[in-house]
Amino acid sequence: MENTNTKIVSSPAPKKKRPASLEKRKAKAGWVFVAPFVIGFILIYLPIIVDSIKFSFNEISTIINPLGGSGGYALEFVGFENYQKALFEDADYVRTLISGIEQLILEVPAIVVFSLFIAVLLNDKIAGRAAFRAILFVPVILSTGLIEAIDASNNLMEFMDTSDSIDTGTGQSTAAQLSAAIDLEALFANMKVGTGLVEYVASAVDGISDIVNRSGVQILIFLAGLQSISPAIYESCRMDGATTWETFWKITFPMISPMILVNAIYTIIDAFTSESNAVMVLIDEVYGRPGGRELSSAMAWMYFLVVILILAAVAGIMSAFVFYQRKD
Amino acid sequence: MNSQPTIKKETKNKIRVEFERTPLKERLKAKFGNLAFYTDIVWYLFRFIILLGVSYIVLYPFFTKIAASFMSPDDFIDVTVMLIPKYPSFDQYKYIFLENEYVSAFFNTLFLSLSTALLQTFVSCLVGYGLSKFKFKGNSLVMAAVILTMVVPHGTVYLSMFMEFRYFDVFKLFGLLEPLGYTGIIDAISGNSLQLTGTFWPMIIISITGLAFKNGLYIFMMRQFFKGVPDELEESAYIDGSGVFRTFLQIIIPLSIPMMITIFLFAFSWQWTDNFYTEMFMQGNNSTVLMPNIVGVPSSLNIDHAGMQLYTSAINNTCGIMIILPLVVLYLFCQKFLVQGIERSGIVG
Repeated sequence: MENTNTKIVSSPAPKKKRPASLEKRKAKAGWVFVAPFVIGFILIYLPIIVDSIKFSFNEISTIINPLGGSGGYALEFVGFENYQKALFEDADYVRTLISGIEQLILEVPAIVVFSLFIAVLLNDKIAGRAAFRAILFVPVILSTGLIEAIDASNNLMEFMDTSDSIDTGTGQSTAAQLSAAIDLEALFANMKVGTGLVEYVASAVDGISDIVNRSGVQILIFLAGLQSISPAIYESCRMDGATTWETFWKITFPMISPMILVNAIYTIIDAFTSESNAVMVLIDEVYGRPGGRELSSAMAWMYFLVVILILAAVAGIMSAFVFYQRKD
Repeated sequence: MNSQPTIKKETKNKIRVEFERTPLKERLKAKFGNLAFYTDIVWYLFRFIILLGVSYIVLYPFFTKIAASFMSPDDFIDVTVMLIPKYPSFDQYKYIFLENEYVSAFFNTLFLSLSTALLQTFVSCLVGYGLSKFKFKGNSLVMAAVILTMVVPHGTVYLSMFMEFRYFDVFKLFGLLEPLGYTGIIDAISGNSLQLTGTFWPMIIISITGLAFKNGLYIFMMRQFFKGVPDELEESAYIDGSGVFRTFLQIIIPLSIPMMITIFLFAFSWQWTDNFYTEMFMQGNNSTVLMPNIVGVPSSLNIDHAGMQLYTSAINNTCGIMIILPLVVLYLFCQKFLVQGIERSGIVG
């Protein structure tokens, strides 16, 4: 043993490469794991994003190659023309954008509050809890994409033919029937809470099926959060004589506040990337117009910027109120 | 309780305890006589009714769709028909099945959804593991990129994504070398870029690279899940001489099966009902029938009838039912894993 030791020390330049430390090897392995995404991001996604920005500043014309094969396309730089067109010439864009943002601001609190409410209801033991959970998650799996598109055309049908005897099956009319039966606005009108609030609540109730359909993931995120709150805290609260109402506001609400932030951001992203969003519908429609492809790119980027700003604002404001439990 | 229980010794091995039992009335009063009991009951009922109502709102559209799918055109002009058809028929199912190429759409979509969903599940598992358990330079940068793909709405990249795969090439260097006549490697080799639209390749490629629909969300969920897996598990595997990749394959993958089923279910059903990417990438291909193509009125049912407008709507809904029927079956089997998986992803922490 000593023998070998002296040997190594005495040899002037140990050319033998020392094996990399575990940390370094692990770091390399980390890159291997994320490689599929990184390669795809750099080779495919980044060019797509860059192209999309480029298209919004250009005019595209497809070249038809007379010799056969794919011809490619030519770009002509036009500066901010597409953006100007979208902002000042297109009749619908600015109006749709503003109403879309307004809708977003109204919908997000409704969805977050509703999903928190349902999650709290589901968190305690109740008969058929598993069944309720399964049902509430159905729309996330089944009412997307194609089915959403079919439903959208159903609404149109309903709109054109208001005297239908049968429900076209979108759920909108049930909610309308419900709220008509309750006559919510009349109920609240006597409470002197201001017409704005009454209208907001009434519209939320009218759109309840929409809200239910869009809060599946949020409910599960809240449920996961609620289950991570230690029951010991509730127990000690009950010992001290707090009511359920008080425990909710003093314990559940602060403890769940990080999830509220997560859900608000998720809901915003989900709302503005969904295909039923009015602005997205407009952008799709503009894309189909002759020569509208560049215009739609420009519109989409402006929309994206606006939403990023909203996200930043929401995250900034809300994170000031979020309570993080320090784990010592 | 005024009398203490008295213990009498009856025989050598037997004792007899005598105590005055609280009368039934008192016991009932203790149980039912306080307010807490009633508030509990009211709260329970309130919760149950609300949940029942919400479930009803979720399921109601399906009831009406199913009811309408068994109706014949005459039912739509009869004002007395609400949910139960007076002239029930299977025509809608029959003709959609026979004339809208349901069978071939089913198998084509099955092939596409299965392959992309498997790829997406595996890739997001890999990337999520890499992001959660390895501290390398640029880790947070990669995470930011994942979030970017999640935040950019697909309408924004619609055109350029189509162009990317219509004239597919790699190493384009953002067209900076175009004046020199270089547009990409494939172009440099074969003299032309590849046209991938009209085939399944674009969807396969974006699945392998984790860029497909909502893949950012899957990667995020996987990352959160792996963050909850204790490091000691891997450390003990390393000490036993297992390498990083072997540990991943033999220890981590079996552990994350429920989570992977969740993601697979998401990926599969979202690809199954997807019309955005499918329509974009399959432009110009009329021979491969996929699910979005079967929505429409079969020619045998396209008749001149007063209730036709509603009937058309009902037929479209029936197409929808037939599209999601396989998913319902899948969902019923995997429901347990799904809810568990999302809770385990515990976005908390």
